Amino acid sequence: MCGIVGLHLRDPSLYPRLGQLLTGMLCEMSERGADSAGVAVYGDPVWSPPGHATVTVLGPVDDLAIDEATIISLGATHVVHAPMPVDALLAAVRSQLPGALIAGFGEELTVLKDVGHPRALAAGWGLDHAQGWQGVGHTRMATESAVTPSGAHPYAVGPDQCLVHNGSFANHATIRRHLKARGVVFDSENDTEVGARFVAQQIADGRDVESALKDLCAQFDGFYTLLVSNRDSFAVVRDAIACKPAVIAETDAWVAMASEYRALVGLPGIEKARIFEPEPERIYAWTR
Amino acid sequence: MDPMIFDLEKTPLREVNRTLHRLEAGTVQIQNPHGKHSVAAGLRTAIKVYINGHCGYYAAGMNQLADVVINGNAGVGVAENMMSGSVFITGNASQSAGATAHGGLLVVTGDAAARCGISMKGVDIVVGGGIGHMSAFMAQAGRLVVRGDAGEALGDSIYEARLYVRGKVASLGADCIAKDMRDEHHAELRALLERAGYDDDTADYTRYGSARQLYHFHAGNEY
Repeated sequence: MCGIVGLHLRDPSLYPRLGQLLTGMLCEMSERGADSAGVAVYGDPVWSPPGHATVTVLGPVDDLAIDEATIISLGATHVVHAPMPVDALLAAVRSQLPGALIAGFGEELTVLKDVGHPRALAAGWGLDHAQGWQGVGHTRMATESAVTPSGAHPYAVGPDQCLVHNGSFANHATIRRHLKARGVVFDSENDTEVGARFVAQQIADGRDVESALKDLCAQFDGFYTLLVSNRDSFAVVRDAIACKPAVIAETDAWVAMASEYRALVGLPGIEKARIFEPEPERIYAWTR
Repeated sequence: MDPMIFDLEKTPLREVNRTLHRLEAGTVQIQNPHGKHSVAAGLRTAIKVYINGHCGYYAAGMNQLADVVINGNAGVGVAENMMSGSVFITGNASQSAGATAHGGLLVVTGDAAARCGISMKGVDIVVGGGIGHMSAFMAQAGRLVVRGDAGEALGDSIYEARLYVRGKVASLGADCIAKDMRDEHHAELRALLERAGYDDDTADYTRYGSARQLYHFHAGNEY
């Protein structure tokens, strides 16, 4: 199964409440997947301060020694930020912690994910105190690969990019081989990672998210509802069969998406929101 | 008798459903469904239930005799396997509305998503708006009326259900064809529209049904 939630805030007065709202949405989707969970938060002033790059590392960071870097430890997840370009911080973390699992990186993006119940993980991360302008969450019920931290979503494999998936890709091994031939390196055996690497590759090639997702629809076979976010965008797409559920709600203050409506019930003004289900193979995108 | 009122913010859903299952008659209002699943599922008596808000999956599923009104949207599989009675939705319905239902009347005032009336076995469904792809897939009996448009592959592998569509059909599924509207079809359609509260000109509708070419094996079906 798996559950997806996402919240793109338009009204800055809600930024301080992002974590609280996202926590409610994520935990409501626990019944759709309780073996792992993850979130991506855009613009949290503590985890991703302005002018700093942020890299999230799963596993020990005892060997990390980067000048001016701050390490925030949230259980097994460590948020590392420093006033330097993203590429420089990422390279430093990778060279000092070879083989470490990097959950995400960017100027505004903090990704937290792990194995465990969504409610326990959210509490451990202190997610309800997070702030920012956009958040994404995923509750996992594994089908295609093992229950490991590297198998948890989100997959944030490009700078400030993030992808969460409900469903399963049928031809991921073929596309993985094509991407590997182009030099793309993978962290896991997970099918969703292939989708995320595919989108990241397209964006690195200069495509926008919308055209990257059109290409994904053309090349990927399987079941999917995807929520793809970037430093300035928030996009939803479903496969042609559209078995995997998705509900979008929109008000002047926010755009939200979830696997089920019940995850949106706690959002302010939901009773006046425009609520609809995304149509198959149509790309819905909002920009900041 | 005053209607019973339940607030799903205060009373657990199972308790509410258990109470509904024991009622022999009367009217019940259910507040704050908040997208919960299986609200008012499995009713077996001629009670009237109003659900005020959006429902989750399988609302009013397996309904017998009861009249259920959902003042809001319904999630996946509303009125699935309904046997009799009625389910009336003021908003939209998600996929598989009325799936496998044997009888009764399902009215969706707004749109119904994909697979509306999938494997329907005798239910009558009236949709005020449009329906999504693969609707009436393997539909066996009953009538589906669509006041708007229908998505791809309408009536794929259909048996003997009758489909009436006023708008455009994106494509017809295997063995589903347009058919003539004879007098009895106009009368049947008019009666269904009336039951759902609509006054359309039945001449604006096209009837679709089975070409009956998939019933028996023949060499032309070979790959």
